[in-house]
Amino acid sequence: MTERVVEMRHITKRFPRVVANDDVNFRVHSGEIHALVGENGAGKSTLMKILYGLYQKDGGQILIRGKEIDLSSPSVAIEQGIGMVHQHFMLIPPFTVAENVILGREPKRGKIFNDRKKATQDIRGLSKRYGLIIDPEAKIQDLSVGLQQRVEIIKVLYRGAEILIMDEPTAVLTPQEVEELFTIMHSLKREGKTIIFITHKLKEVREISDWVTVMRDGRVVGVVKTEETTEEELARFMVGREVLLKVEKGPSQIGEVVLRAKDLEALSDRGLPTLKGVSFEIRAGEILGIAGVEGNGQTELVEVLTGLRKVKKGRIVLGGKEVTNASPRMIFESGVAHIPEDRHKRGLILEYSVEDNLILGHHYKPPVRKRLLRLNFKRISENARNLIKRFDIRPANKELLVSSLSGGNQQKVIVARELSRHPWLLIASQPTRGVDIGAIEFIHKKILEERERGKAVLLVSAELSEVMSLSDRILVMYEGRIVGEVDPKKTKEEEIGLMMTGATQQVASSK
Amino acid sequence: MIKREKLLEIFTPLLAVIAAFLVGGIFILIIGQNPIFIYGKLFSGTLGNPYGIAQVLFKATPLIFTGLAVAFAFRAGLFNIGCEGQLYIGSFLAAYLGFTLVGLPGFLLIPLCILGGMVGGALWAGIPGILKAKRGAHEVITTIMMNFIALALTNYLIVRYFHMPETVHTQSIALVARIPRLSTIFPKFSGSPLNYSFFLALLACFIVYYILWKTSLGYELRAVGLSPSASEYGGINIPKSVILTMAISGALAGLVGVNYVMGYKYYFEQGFAGGVGFMGIAVALLGRNTPIGVILAALLFGLLSFGGLIINAYVPKELVEILQAIVIIFVIASSKPFRDYIMKLKKKTLAQGIAGTSKE
Repeated sequence: MTERVVEMRHITKRFPRVVANDDVNFRVHSGEIHALVGENGAGKSTLMKILYGLYQKDGGQILIRGKEIDLSSPSVAIEQGIGMVHQHFMLIPPFTVAENVILGREPKRGKIFNDRKKATQDIRGLSKRYGLIIDPEAKIQDLSVGLQQRVEIIKVLYRGAEILIMDEPTAVLTPQEVEELFTIMHSLKREGKTIIFITHKLKEVREISDWVTVMRDGRVVGVVKTEETTEEELARFMVGREVLLKVEKGPSQIGEVVLRAKDLEALSDRGLPTLKGVSFEIRAGEILGIAGVEGNGQTELVEVLTGLRKVKKGRIVLGGKEVTNASPRMIFESGVAHIPEDRHKRGLILEYSVEDNLILGHHYKPPVRKRLLRLNFKRISENARNLIKRFDIRPANKELLVSSLSGGNQQKVIVARELSRHPWLLIASQPTRGVDIGAIEFIHKKILEERERGKAVLLVSAELSEVMSLSDRILVMYEGRIVGEVDPKKTKEEEIGLMMTGATQQVASSK
Repeated sequence: MIKREKLLEIFTPLLAVIAAFLVGGIFILIIGQNPIFIYGKLFSGTLGNPYGIAQVLFKATPLIFTGLAVAFAFRAGLFNIGCEGQLYIGSFLAAYLGFTLVGLPGFLLIPLCILGGMVGGALWAGIPGILKAKRGAHEVITTIMMNFIALALTNYLIVRYFHMPETVHTQSIALVARIPRLSTIFPKFSGSPLNYSFFLALLACFIVYYILWKTSLGYELRAVGLSPSASEYGGINIPKSVILTMAISGALAGLVGVNYVMGYKYYFEQGFAGGVGFMGIAVALLGRNTPIGVILAALLFGLLSFGGLIINAYVPKELVEILQAIVIIFVIASSKPFRDYIMKLKKKTLAQGIAGTSKE
């Protein structure tokens, strides 16, 4: 039996109004990859922040290698060999990889000067040993998200971590980067490191972990060996009821063309060509999925279609009406609803209440607005009460700031608002990103309902499985072009995955 | 939870003011005076008699206008530092109309002059607004520069064309354009130039409150202030909001002329404002960018401003300026740690409360 490196006993942590951790017991053995799963707000992050010394527990004991330790700050945790790879990277973009890694504990030459050479050597050593391939002289700002995460891991190892806490490390990665991360995790394990892996993606749990601890509502509801469980069982643990992981899709009536995009070309924020001639049509009653590794023009495509970005060339026709480079308001008024990919940046005004967010986009016209620009507060609260009920937004308090809601409920606010406009076309971009399983199930159901009502849906998602299970047709995007169209019923995930990497571009473009 | 936040919003500035007075007391001690005696004089001279009260209200009036101007722009995400310039242009225009259109009856000329003040301020603030909306020029820089231009421009106009011999002010406005003083109905206020502009200032506060929180326009402006990208998504025309916000903010600043030109001196005088536009920033800050807060903060600074004259017999007037500065510094510096501390206390008691009952 291996050593118990981490043992948290009866941990309790309270916040105003919530008990984030309620008598939690958590054990990790040396050399294992231990997944800590649960919905948003289940208390996993809180527990790990306690272990890393960022939060102080209100009750309980923490034993590291059998010895009780008072983890009063992250520096104590680091001393104990605990390292944390944060979800949001803490790197300085204009600095090099090496400079970022040594930040705070620079090797010195003499007393004043940093020993750059030694730093670079140390990092090369680490990167070789764990297969973390990276150029120590590269600047952070030039690195992809996946590589930046690698720097975070090296940083933690450089500080001598034996126990690595990874807070939803896959949330920001592309499928390929996830695979690379898993390879790295395996080699870390081989070298005797212990990894605690926070996630809510059950597929990843199956793929990488040895043990799973499931949390719900601040409590541990199950500790199981990965090979002895199933995704369905874990989902049931997490949500507390049966969950449909598969979407049930009925037949639908395909109608006439709702949106026609022709030869769209657009520039990115940096002024580089990012859409290079995209053409497609969406018909009523169908879900058109757009698959692709993030950053291949999907974001810009959605922005162009919703009026948030100008096209350089090409035309967009909506229900027979030309809306090329029309304003977002005009496009909204033509019957387009939009679930944006970044709900914090675009979809919500975080410091507004739930009810105020539920009118964004139609706040300027009756019935929300009365004479003399006066808002119709009765109507606004009626609308909110209605939608909160219909879309099961929790807590059911329309006056709460939307920022205080969980990710899933924030997303439901957006979905509720957008669907309440009764659109002809729903553009849903990453509709379930960072959302818990219960909400994913709900949002998928709502999207399918639109399809059954004969509305057109454009679904853009980095989750290939989501695109596969919902769409009637899939377009694959690569480097600003559509490189293929597939039927999800007749195509394997691997095949699409390959197209996403541009491997079939030649074939597609010669067609 | 929301109510507790609101209470903190009120108590933080209040405590900062008290703390500032305590620190100010130390300065008075250093000078060799008794702080209790000086503060006693300060308060009895300002709040202890009708004349003092009238003077405080009079001094507060322009501060309400400029404080409101800054707060309004701030709510919409813009930092208007150009109130000083805007109020000069507005006041000059009000005065110009007042001494040019002398043939008009009062019921026409008074609204016209008030409107002139607003339009002048709106135009002057609108230029930075347009520059921001169309060219992305930062309003902090442009409004500061516009201050210099406004001051120089009005100086030039006075000195070159409009000054009365041997003075640096214009001729007086028509008698019918003058706003009556309150002492005409409350004789106890006699000697104080407090006039009906004070009520105009209160009305402006109400209108700003109404626009910001009761109309779809306010919904849009505040949305832009909180999240421009979400506002753009929500179909809000951001360039239009920016220009409109600056124009309204400038119009509010321009109203300062109503108090000074139409209610006090009856002419435009070179450099009359003496930094009231800049004090507006402090007023808005202390007032937490709310109309009610602006009124309270303006009253406090009005009190300090007039109180400074009163205690001048015992201590240098600069002491009051020090006091004002300390108030501002305390408001900025104390708010965060103080609130964190209170939140910590609340957390403890709350957690105990929760532990006693069940969850939620």
